[in-house]
Amino acid sequence: MKSFRGEALSWELSGGVIELVLDRAPCNEIGSVALVELEKFIGALASLQRETHALIISSARSEGFCAGADLRELYRRSNELSAAARIAGVREFLERIHKVMNAIDAAPFVTIAAVLGVPCGGGFELALVCDLIVADKMARFCFPELRLGLIPGFGGIPRLKRDLGNAVVRDLLLTGRSINASKAQAAGLVSQVVAEGDALRAARSTAAQIAKFDRETTLAAKRFIKPIPREELLREIEIFCELFTRPAVNEGLRKFVESTDALPYLP
Amino acid sequence: MSTLDQTTEQILTLAAAHFKVPRAALQPDDDFFRKLGINSLQALDLLTRLEQHFRIELPDYELQGVSDFRTLAERIQSRL
Repeated sequence: MKSFRGEALSWELSGGVIELVLDRAPCNEIGSVALVELEKFIGALASLQRETHALIISSARSEGFCAGADLRELYRRSNELSAAARIAGVREFLERIHKVMNAIDAAPFVTIAAVLGVPCGGGFELALVCDLIVADKMARFCFPELRLGLIPGFGGIPRLKRDLGNAVVRDLLLTGRSINASKAQAAGLVSQVVAEGDALRAARSTAAQIAKFDRETTLAAKRFIKPIPREELLREIEIFCELFTRPAVNEGLRKFVESTDALPYLP
Repeated sequence: MSTLDQTTEQILTLAAAHFKVPRAALQPDDDFFRKLGINSLQALDLLTRLEQHFRIELPDYELQGVSDFRTLAERIQSRL
């Protein structure tokens, strides 16, 4: 399937580049609909990858790249279930999203996230699985999970540890603060900071440059510099599920869901 | 280094221009959420613009509870 248009995202392979565009209101939250469509995308890669040298993940929404997990859906579904079923449901969701993230992380072509707005939590984690992040100069990155009594659950901590220095990783996680694109670039998270509204153009230009190189050499380099931290990723799921059983989490989610603020988990 | 008044003036000018509000309509003690009609997402946008303008890094938790331009200027001033 060279192109697809779903409720949460679309993709199209053209000229060796797959453009995967997130487009679900309000800000591309990843819930059950987005997960199914991401799984569909991963399933299609086997037939797409021979013709592909680069993948660009971007957002069609001016609100931003991706606000992370759909916490409203998580809260609603959790409160419909028994405690045991709630944990089982969260674990199943995490295992499925980890498969998606790992597949993109290890994809046999170069992956580029074109980021704008405030990629939070799972949205930040989606950008982190990409080989390169091209960021709009107004983008801000944050992991607000600790405010909810949780840790990032889509593979964020192992990938942060893989890619960045301890000071930045601990600052992001333990304070929950957001950092701007320039700081993220200085920390080694972002490859390019571009003018407002220019991230997708710059990502396309980068994909065109990548196409000039021998594919096998590019893949050898990618595998060498970007190992998948599989053991830590599994451990992250365990810790997340342990934390998720606590009443404080449900209370944090309730406050989030009932808030009318645009960013209820930020100051 | 800029004085607090100069920093406040730069903030007011930048906010007025970006959020398309007449500069004369903004005063240092105004609540910027209400006066600019912005939410927390737009406040983060303002923070990024201020970080770029003043070439500083200002953690968003230092702005917790801050809603007027003068106090915002004090927080920025402490990072200059």
